[in-house]
Amino acid sequence: MWNDFVTQFWPSTIDGLTNGSIYALVALGYTLVYGVLRLINFAHSEIFMIGTFASLFVLDWINISGPQTGLALVGVLLMMLAVSMAVSGGSAVLLERIAYRPLRKRGASRLAALISAIGASFFLQELFAIWQGRDQLSIPRVMDKEVLFNIGSGQVRNDKLLVVVAAILMMIALDRFVNGSRLGRGIRATAQDPDTAVLMGVNIDRVVLVTFLLGGMLAGVAAMLYGVFFELTQYNVGFLLGIKAFTAAVLGGIGNIRGALVGGLALGLIENYGASFFGSEWLNVVAFSVLVLVLMFRPTGILGENLQRARA
Amino acid sequence: MLLEVEDLRVHYGKIEAIRGISIAVDEGEIVTLIGANGAGKTTTLKTLSGLRRVTSGSVRFAGEDITGVAGHKRVTLGICQAPEGRGIFPGMTVMENLDMGTYARKSPDHAADLDRVLTLFPRLAERRKQSGGTLSGGEQQMLAIGRAMMARPRLLLLDEPSMGLAPLIVQQIFQILKEINDQGTTILLVEQNATQALQLSDRAYVLETGSVIKSAPAAELLDDPSVREAYLGGAAAH
Ligand SMILES: Nc1ncnc2c1ncn2[C@@H]1O[C@H](COP(=O)(O)OP(=O)(O)OP(=O)(O)O)[C@@H](O)[C@H]1O
Ligand SMILES: [Mg+2]
Repeated sequence: MWNDFVTQFWPSTIDGLTNGSIYALVALGYTLVYGVLRLINFAHSEIFMIGTFASLFVLDWINISGPQTGLALVGVLLMMLAVSMAVSGGSAVLLERIAYRPLRKRGASRLAALISAIGASFFLQELFAIWQGRDQLSIPRVMDKEVLFNIGSGQVRNDKLLVVVAAILMMIALDRFVNGSRLGRGIRATAQDPDTAVLMGVNIDRVVLVTFLLGGMLAGVAAMLYGVFFELTQYNVGFLLGIKAFTAAVLGGIGNIRGALVGGLALGLIENYGASFFGSEWLNVVAFSVLVLVLMFRPTGILGENLQRARA
Repeated sequence: MLLEVEDLRVHYGKIEAIRGISIAVDEGEIVTLIGANGAGKTTTLKTLSGLRRVTSGSVRFAGEDITGVAGHKRVTLGICQAPEGRGIFPGMTVMENLDMGTYARKSPDHAADLDRVLTLFPRLAERRKQSGGTLSGGEQQMLAIGRAMMARPRLLLLDEPSMGLAPLIVQQIFQILKEINDQGTTILLVEQNATQALQLSDRAYVLETGSVIKSAPAAELLDDPSVREAYLGGAAAH
């Protein structure tokens, strides 16, 4: 056990950061929507799933079935990224329009919205199951996976580096938007005090729309990176990943943007260290045990504050 | 009249919180709404700001019917409110809170407004970078009023600005309200402990369980025995 952990330390770290980056991107969608509406958007995992299919379809449309290099590779990656972001972002906005807004306008309880979310989640899963089948589909490899350099005994592969770097860039962009733009201020104001935000002239409907759009786009980025890294998808690919991303959001402090990053990376590392220690079949057990422990001692998550209070 | 409310009714579910009130505020006035807990003062102000929908009746502002205008559009028309409980954004600094007052205006030019607000409330200038949630009650109230002033309102709505504050601070704040009014902003003030509010006001309405039971010049209400009994802490008030 201890020996495995030691020999596996660097590979586990690298895998943990890679997985954690994807968790973090999806976690942001949960956290943003929760911050603004106090709603757990259960169907967010399906927004991610839709993004992975968008990536797959793009490759199909432009007829890519093998690894690319150089400019062609950059072009293919950017195209996957753009389409996944657009499709996931658009789906999230539609979801809000159809499943949540009508309830919100009628002043329905949060429980009703939660049930609507679960319903939407099942609906989208089954829709894709019927349309694309229930089997796993492989996403063509678009880049040759090469080891760029080593850290200790861990090999840093180009696709893993891509995942981590892209995730960090998206986080920085989001942080800038939320803290630096007028609409970002509107989002923060709504999260902290929606009634007073209206008094100041914030259009809540627009804030909600932008929040879903942002969350959806980030899920699209995660989906594209997932496609490049894992090279597969399925109608229920969002299920476990969604739960983990939600866990990451709670772990970091739900409603807290930086908390989603911290929670995602922490969860990725914890489960990979745990797997090297106890064996890979224990990966999920370790991850969720840690969640329970953290929440016992810090019910508000690692970073504690949320979007309402966060200086963000 | 700058503001004319006619036969306004507002419900929470089946409960009728406002039962057909009519009030009017003229340009340049300070008008106070007094009434006990649950009389419907906050509901009235929320409705004027568009946070609650009306069941029937109308609200006219500057000659225009705004009964159905969405809440977030009313700032641009010239109505801004410092709400009950102050509504400070706890995770924003004093400056960011003040900036929120200009959210509805797309032009970033608000140096003059900031200057004016910081002159009215020098304390806020000292606390610029402090987060709103850590300010004292008095400072938060100043921030709430200052933030509303950043919106350049024609009509300033204030919901119990004296709530939970020491008498000295209340006096200070009321003095500043007088100044704001002298500079040309019309004020509709909600107060429960009404002596000071009435001393500041031109006219007042007395609200009881959702209805206006009295409306008179403020000086007259100060001398009215039944009002003194109910809202001014008995006969001893003077
Ligand atoms: N969200 C709500 N849901 C249901 N009833 C409400 C709601 N808000 C207020 N009410 C009811 O409406 C009536 C008027 O309340 P309102 O808050 O306007 O009174 P108020 O005069 O501001 O009182 P206070 O001086 O205590 O602030 C009360 O009977 C109250 O119980
Ligand atoms: Mg009240």
